[in-house]
Amino acid sequence: MKILVCITNVPDTTSKISFSDDKKKFNDAGVQFIIGPYDEYALSKAVDLKEKNNATIVVLNVGGPETEPTIRKALAIGADEAIRVNATPTDAWFVAKQIAAVAKDGGYDLILMGRESIDFNGGVVHGMVAELLGLPSVSPVMKLDLEGTKATIAKEIEGGKELLEVSLPFVAGCQEPISEWKIPNMRGIMSARTKPLTVVEPVAVEGNVVYDQFSLPAPKGAVKLVDASDPAKLFDLLKNEAKVL
Amino acid sequence: MSVLIFAEGVDKSIKKSSLEAVSAGFALAQKLNTETIAIAIGDYDAVALQELGKAGATKVIHVTAGVPAYPSALAYASVLAGAAKEVAASVVLLSKSALGDGILSRLSVQLNAASATGVLAVPEVSGDVLKVRKSIYTGKAFAELSLTGAVKVISLAKNAVPLKEDGVVATVESKTYTVSDLAGKLVHQKEEKASGDILLTEADIVVSGGRGLKGPENWGMIEELAKLLGAATGCSKPVSDLDWRPHHEHVGQTGVKVSPNLYIAVGISGAIQHLAGVSGSKVIVVINKDPEAPFFKAADYGIVGDAFEVVPKLIEAAKKL
Ligand SMILES: Cc1cc2nc3c(=O)[nH]c(=O)nc-3n(C[C@H](O)[C@H](O)[C@H](O)COP(=O)(O)OP(=O)(O)OC[C@H]3O[C@@H](n4cnc5c(N)ncnc54)[C@H](O)[C@@H]3O)c2cc1C
Repeated sequence: MKILVCITNVPDTTSKISFSDDKKKFNDAGVQFIIGPYDEYALSKAVDLKEKNNATIVVLNVGGPETEPTIRKALAIGADEAIRVNATPTDAWFVAKQIAAVAKDGGYDLILMGRESIDFNGGVVHGMVAELLGLPSVSPVMKLDLEGTKATIAKEIEGGKELLEVSLPFVAGCQEPISEWKIPNMRGIMSARTKPLTVVEPVAVEGNVVYDQFSLPAPKGAVKLVDASDPAKLFDLLKNEAKVL
Repeated sequence: MSVLIFAEGVDKSIKKSSLEAVSAGFALAQKLNTETIAIAIGDYDAVALQELGKAGATKVIHVTAGVPAYPSALAYASVLAGAAKEVAASVVLLSKSALGDGILSRLSVQLNAASATGVLAVPEVSGDVLKVRKSIYTGKAFAELSLTGAVKVISLAKNAVPLKEDGVVATVESKTYTVSDLAGKLVHQKEEKASGDILLTEADIVVSGGRGLKGPENWGMIEELAKLLGAATGCSKPVSDLDWRPHHEHVGQTGVKVSPNLYIAVGISGAIQHLAGVSGSKVIVVINKDPEAPFFKAADYGIVGDAFEVVPKLIEAAKKL
């Protein structure tokens, strides 16, 4: 069995976000990059499946050479080999086209990724990839069990979950608690250095989305404190000042 | 030409977020000088469908035949693609949700359309280009995008556009469209859903509890306060990790993103990953016994105090509202 796990290379969740003076570019100085948290759930699930199903895990990232430390981390966690599509992602459609191009003739039984990236929060790459490949897709997946070629899935829906079944191959957008994040051990870290990482060039994509500029939210004013002995005052303020009650 | 809006429902009525999308669609159609058409898939009665008229649709396409009985992004995407072609839609609007994302991703490929999710206002028209604004880095920043090409597919963030309530009586037409065979590959088993609760993502007010509440047995007061305010309940990640509350209530970076009018956080420290899920809220109230809790920096109103003393008093006050 062959599993493709698609990962993003994104700023750590605690990063302070800033942009260049012309507001056109993300300022990456001093920012720690990580595997997207949702993608890491996908990778962790793949590692669980590998142990049970004798699977091979290929990890894929669309990004420049600067993403290789993040890719190596995925190899340390348990992926067997890696592919980097040598291009800076421009939007979801661009990334989906690259993933589909790699997956098309790869013979993958399962394609896993996070439900969304935590930089652009689109949540659409899995659906686009599946549509391009003519495969079913499910997201957000919080439980996935495999019995032969049949998967039983719990998908989160608003206010609860939906249980469904689907046969391989398919695409899944993952989230917790699908699996526990794995901490790479020493052997994993050592072997990650020598596992194959193939660099492929991107396919041409005609884009129809342009990011014009970025901005930051206006700073928040100071909090207005209400005395703990008079909480009714809070409702008064919410009703008459904030007008939200 | 037209603007086509997908209306998502819950329990046989149209969701408020979808009505907002219809209102945004109406405002956009005015700018484009074209028609506002809503499409509802599934079992709705005439009263539910006329909510779409009030929100701004002049025409409603109602699809009941040939679609699965439960919401299916795969099936709905093919229905919407069929409808969009039939009414020559230049823009398809949805409201941002897991179902909306699933539909939008496939639809944008099928229609060869530019797409954007979680847009924060009615798109601006500049010739053939639509300019939209969305939040990125999970609420920490904004991006302005230009969408080009003949067709655009856009999802709207919740509670971002005011609801229009003075629309017309819409004409309703029943239709069927071809559904992709792929949809049948996902075999629905069952749904496990807390019934009767206000949906967290749809709620105008959210009361959320954190680890400061000490244990699941103390959620009674959170639920009571929420009930009195007509609010949904949420929680922080450790609370759902510890199984004190179900996972679908977990708010934040790795959980549900909410954008209510009012978010009340009780016993939540305000870690950056929690704030990422609530930054779209209009007003934030924090109740925490630690005056140094980081959440106060992100709050509009606060009470420094012990939740076990403050919340019962709030409940008494809420009864008098
Ligand atoms: C990659 C990643 C993703 C994450 N995603 C999320 C996410 O999506 N959502 C999320 O919530 N967290 C997330 N976290 C976890 C986050 O960092 C915090 O650990 C978490 O939000 C803390 O939850 P809490 O505020 O309930 O608990 P604590 O941090 O333990 O805070 C409890 C608070 O309760 C107060 N308190 C205690 N007793 C009382 C009392 N009697 N009355 C009033 N106040 C009291 C304390 O002063 C304290 O401020 C994520 C972390 C990582 C690394």
